[in-house]
Amino acid sequence: MHTFAVYVDNKPGVLNRVASLFRRRGFNIESLTVGHTETEGLSRMTIVVDTDERGAQLVEANLYKLIPVRRVDNITRRPAISRDLAMIKVAAAGDGRTQVMQLADVYRARIVDVSTETLVIEATGTEEKIDSLVEMLRPYKIVEMVRTGRVVMARGGAMTPAKTGRRTRQSVLEDAAAGSV
Amino acid sequence: MALTGAQILWESLVREGVNVVFGYPGGAILPAYDAMLDYPIRHVLVRHEQGATHMADGYARATGKVGVAIATSGPGATNMVTGIATAMMDSSPMVCITGQVGSALIGTDAFQETDITGITLPITKHNYLVTRAQDIAPAIREAFAIAANGRPGPVLVDITKDAQLGTCELDWEAAAPDVAQLERPGHSSGVDPIALINAAQRPMILAGRGVMLGNAEQEVLEFAVKARIPIAMTLLGIGGVPASHPLNLGMMGMHGEAWVNTAIQESDLLIALGMRFDDRVTGNLKTYAPHARKIHVDIDPAEFNKNVKVDAAISGNVRDIVGRWLPHITEPNREAWLDHIGELKGDAAVRDIQNLPDDGHLYAAHVINDIWHITEGKAIVVTDVGQHQMWEAQYYRHDQPRTLITSGGLGTMGFALPAAIGAKMGRPDAEVWVVVGDGGFQMTLCELATMVQEDLDVKIAIINNGYLGMVRQWQEFFYQRRYAATPISAPDFQKLGEAYGVWSATVSTRADLAGVVATARQQRGALIDFRVEQEDSVYPMVPAGADLHKMIRRPSPIAETAAD
Repeated sequence: MHTFAVYVDNKPGVLNRVASLFRRRGFNIESLTVGHTETEGLSRMTIVVDTDERGAQLVEANLYKLIPVRRVDNITRRPAISRDLAMIKVAAAGDGRTQVMQLADVYRARIVDVSTETLVIEATGTEEKIDSLVEMLRPYKIVEMVRTGRVVMARGGAMTPAKTGRRTRQSVLEDAAAGSV
Repeated sequence: MALTGAQILWESLVREGVNVVFGYPGGAILPAYDAMLDYPIRHVLVRHEQGATHMADGYARATGKVGVAIATSGPGATNMVTGIATAMMDSSPMVCITGQVGSALIGTDAFQETDITGITLPITKHNYLVTRAQDIAPAIREAFAIAANGRPGPVLVDITKDAQLGTCELDWEAAAPDVAQLERPGHSSGVDPIALINAAQRPMILAGRGVMLGNAEQEVLEFAVKARIPIAMTLLGIGGVPASHPLNLGMMGMHGEAWVNTAIQESDLLIALGMRFDDRVTGNLKTYAPHARKIHVDIDPAEFNKNVKVDAAISGNVRDIVGRWLPHITEPNREAWLDHIGELKGDAAVRDIQNLPDDGHLYAAHVINDIWHITEGKAIVVTDVGQHQMWEAQYYRHDQPRTLITSGGLGTMGFALPAAIGAKMGRPDAEVWVVVGDGGFQMTLCELATMVQEDLDVKIAIINNGYLGMVRQWQEFFYQRRYAATPISAPDFQKLGEAYGVWSATVSTRADLAGVVATARQQRGALIDFRVEQEDSVYPMVPAGADLHKMIRRPSPIAETAAD
């Protein structure tokens, strides 16, 4: 299993380009998350790929062939903080209710919604921790579940791309647009 | 002064150095065509948009410049797909411009709407959907930079009709691409290549298209001569090293020379320069060059360890890297290795069809070898795909770079005629020959009209055996001669050529060949239908996936050896 932090231009179609690359080169995406970064116009993907060392090198080299990809970091072996967020709706009426709430407490999860029939538990942690919580909740009947997939950040010094003095593609387009009006 | 998007398109193309485009008009690209008349552009009207892409590709391969193809939305754009994929596989720099329905109509299944950026996503280096006039110049400038830099390839720019009609100021400087952002990290790993080279007893250079794309012809030859290392070429590497140079052994791979494949299998060091260890080159990977360490130089790090695990990988321009090696190369004695390869050559020569007694039949290999003699090896030859392509690679000896133009990676039948038209547009001074089968020619022969309308002097040699010959050969070898759908009829090509207004002839015997070819060379455009032996096969042949040294050899007239 390899984990990549991938910085991409925040533009339409970029996710499609990345996903298409994995499909056509036959790499299996285990999980993929994407969101904004501290730099405007730049998004960060966390991609977990089921592959060996050689495959990981090919993934990295192929990602770099996509024009909107700015930087690829294989953070598999770096000290890093890895988190998954889950919302789990559990059938919890009667006696089970207290037990489920206690379980949530043990996992430092929060109850974020309550109805007469169900509880919604919000849990954050490593994938292993979430997996474990899910297993514990299964006997109470999980009605619905959603997980974000893994987001990862390396510990220590910053590793975002240099952002000063470099014009982004977007700014070029915007400059061109500004010059025209 | 405000310009329309259509004007900005041509202004940008002209500033990028474009003076010829290959295209076909239609509704969504009409504003661009209207504006074109006011710019110094020669437009070649094709008969099918696939032809436009092959022409732009042929132009690019012959000149090293970016070729440009233009078409309308919908079917115009989808017809380009095969040509774009062909250029992608062979790293050919090309910019395709397509019209798109108005931006308000996108996603509504409008007339002639198609998601061409979605369709071409995996077969372009990059593509753009441009919906505003002010985005045209930046997209075009960046498209040219991407197409030409690094490992070249096709880029598509899809421009909506309203973007072509809209107006804005053109700020050329502001539209400059961010070159720093396009740069990618290099890659160097493994052991020291110099130490491997200087220590090798039986080294081989494997030269690919990257030698020519990187303008490294001189450095590679200098390296080979200094280190006394023989060179084998991939199909697309032909021309990168002069065929007549004694260290150049010829083509490797499925239809490579027997001595080349044998030498690769016996080698102790492969130095791969700008090639990608395609399956047609390696055969069975498990038994490929089992004694050899491997050095891989390529501009695209994604090629490293993709097919063959290498001991040293260095990304970059072949010229820079080999140039850096040169001062550190010792001059060892490798005569025993070279003598050994010379002996392998002798064994193969007795089987060469050129040395077989004339049995009165016309063989394709004879046709190509004779055309080579008559044109003194100086023509640009554009081939199609199949048996004739392999015979061309074996029997037309190219001493100059960019004189063999052929679809290697994708293997696109129908490539030859349009690609030759593009090559002739790029190199009007050169003698351009098409070598094409009767099957492939029928795929794109409509471009004969383009050739005539543009008054282009292209010579066409149809290697006509009445079969889809390469497929028939596979059926002969591997499917018990069950010729499923390979016998193919054709019109009378001589009459067809004449109907298009092209000087045409038919040749059925080798005795007539030289005279007809000589006459054809005097014409402005010519077509010769060579009626060749119907069931000849290309030798040697490494069956797909077989060990590289386990070749099917042409039956020897003297004695069957145990070499097979």
